[in-house]
Amino acid sequence: MIDAAAARIPEDQLPRHTHGPRAFGWWGMVWLIATEATLFAALIASYFYLRFRSGPEWPPGGIEDPTLGLPLVMSAILLSSTIPVHLAEKGIEKGNLSRLRWGLGLGFLLGAIFLTMTLAIEWPEKLHEFSPRTNAYGSMYFTVTGFHAAHVLVGLAFSAWTQVRAWRGAFDETRHLTVQNFALYWHFVDVVWIFVFATIYLSPHL
Amino acid sequence: MYSAFLVGKAPNDGWFNYMPLGDANFSPGINIDFYALGLIFMGISTTGGAINFIVTILKLRAPGMTLNRIPIFVWGELAMAFQIVFALPLLTLACVMLALERTFGFHFFNAAAGGDPLLWQHLFWIFGHPEVYIVVLPAFGIASAIIPTHVRRPMIGYTYIVLAELATALIGFGVWVHHMFATGLPQMTSAFISAASFMVAIPSGVQVFAWLATLVAGRVVLKTPMLYIFGFIATFVIGGVTGVMFSSIPFDQATTDTHFVVAHLHYVLVGGSVFPMFAAIFHWGPKMIGRMLDERLGKLSFWFVFIGFNLNMFPLHILGILGQPRRTYTYEEGLGWDLHNLLSTVGAFIMGFGVLLIIINWFRSAKHGEPAGDDPWEGETLEWATTSPPAHYNFVTVPTIRSKEPMWDQPELTSEGQPLEDGGYALTDGHTTLSTSMLDAAPQAVVHMPHDSTWPFWLTCSLLVMFYGMLLEFAFVAVVGGILSALSLVGWFWPRGETQET
Repeated sequence: MIDAAAARIPEDQLPRHTHGPRAFGWWGMVWLIATEATLFAALIASYFYLRFRSGPEWPPGGIEDPTLGLPLVMSAILLSSTIPVHLAEKGIEKGNLSRLRWGLGLGFLLGAIFLTMTLAIEWPEKLHEFSPRTNAYGSMYFTVTGFHAAHVLVGLAFSAWTQVRAWRGAFDETRHLTVQNFALYWHFVDVVWIFVFATIYLSPHL
Repeated sequence: MYSAFLVGKAPNDGWFNYMPLGDANFSPGINIDFYALGLIFMGISTTGGAINFIVTILKLRAPGMTLNRIPIFVWGELAMAFQIVFALPLLTLACVMLALERTFGFHFFNAAAGGDPLLWQHLFWIFGHPEVYIVVLPAFGIASAIIPTHVRRPMIGYTYIVLAELATALIGFGVWVHHMFATGLPQMTSAFISAASFMVAIPSGVQVFAWLATLVAGRVVLKTPMLYIFGFIATFVIGGVTGVMFSSIPFDQATTDTHFVVAHLHYVLVGGSVFPMFAAIFHWGPKMIGRMLDERLGKLSFWFVFIGFNLNMFPLHILGILGQPRRTYTYEEGLGWDLHNLLSTVGAFIMGFGVLLIIINWFRSAKHGEPAGDDPWEGETLEWATTSPPAHYNFVTVPTIRSKEPMWDQPELTSEGQPLEDGGYALTDGHTTLSTSMLDAAPQAVVHMPHDSTWPFWLTCSLLVMFYGMLLEFAFVAVVGGILSALSLVGWFWPRGETQET
């Protein structure tokens, strides 16, 4: 019995480079994202667990509901960074190196602005009001946003790595697995932010 | 983590480290910091390993090894790796919270500041129960790999066994609260978990009956590996039956924290996991060292291990029913428990002697054993088609598979390599292997494999520096370790030579 699937393809007719779902690096990234998504799901579940186990008052201990103005601006900046990264990926699929370079660069810039705003404006503002040591709400606020910020930082490092390679001309229309993996990771970090934002900033208003 | 033993600071709150006992007030000292940080690092490496397994199984199979020709052992590994990907993050998160709470005074488990000690138990057991299956699923796979070879016929119910393994992996996520029936959770929650816990016995039952059916239908060749498999089936079924008893909430509450639980978990884990691993030592040992293990010594070791284990653990069932609590290191005389405890201790020594025999057997046979040849058991799976021990390239040619039992159905498979006209791939252009499609393993690409490198070693060293920096709270050392780790990663992934293309 010989299947069609196992019919022999001579090895010199097989490609030497793969990308997308044919490459195992791509699958590695998919499973990394799966495990990271579980981590964030557990974080968010812990947040709500502690909320529902505490009294009717949330945030507890006289802490104000989080203000939405600045976080909305930050969200817009972070989420818009998805577009240039996507365009960069589409660009290199057609072999367009310059679109890859400016797309990655713009995405990096937007991500860096988001991270700076978190660390330099949003967190110090919150620290005036409460700290992680104040109570469980404070701990959860800084842990959830901290975890996300750490992922943005890793994404920026990954972007820098990809950009160095892009400027060295390492990618073309068949060789761009690193770009695809970076784009996957970056979109993941953006999508997670929607859940983090809904949990940390929107849900206390309910 | 093991370095904690050297300085006498091993974690000292049990493996589940319940809160608030494990917090900084009740457990000062760095014992629990070893636990928290060690488990974070191990969790990350375990996850990395699991992802490696998944991708390897999905993308690097021999051509023609379609989904329904994957050996059951490999399916067991795949089910385990799926569980790791989704279970480990919970433990990692719990340990991050623990470290933050102990070191920086965050509040997650401290009820006085709005936290909840039960959050620890939830996170721990959502990981902890899948962990049980992470331990036993590969062992079940070992059993399903050894049985067909030693009863000289294909496994009965291949599809059902594979589905049962995947179902176990899935249902295993829905039963964690049965470790917490005594914590006063809402009855509704407990009822659902109780039902799921009953249900998880079904896939295990499917596998047990498939093994039994194969044993009945085949002709058993009773060598040492098979003996251990018999021991595995017997002890695992006993452990499984007591496991079903715990799904019943009233029974669980009556026996919580008694030695009945200790007896159950040892029957499941030693019976379900350690016995198959001993079987695997005797089954695959010849493939690893190129020489047969001594059969007489092997059978002797089995009887010591089997009798010793049962004498060690069976009396604990009775002690548990009599009410002897666990997690206490000694007991007063005259409570009516003395005889059982004595028997149990004697059993432990007998079993220990059996394990010693296995170790002696291994080292003696590695030197003086009979040469094993490529295929001493006339096995059905591919590993028997190469030399013992295998060369570092595994196969002379990457073979094309046309059967679930390739070694029984494809006589051209020998350690000479499958001839090219039968579908073998010579892969002549260097350090490469074949990447295949996920469902039907059609060849897709020739991929370059990474070469040997010292960078992973430098990464390990840097991580160690970071770990001790964090453990001893020397922020500077930790940061230096972190930067060195990042640099090692850059060095490791720096494109050179053939890997340039990605």
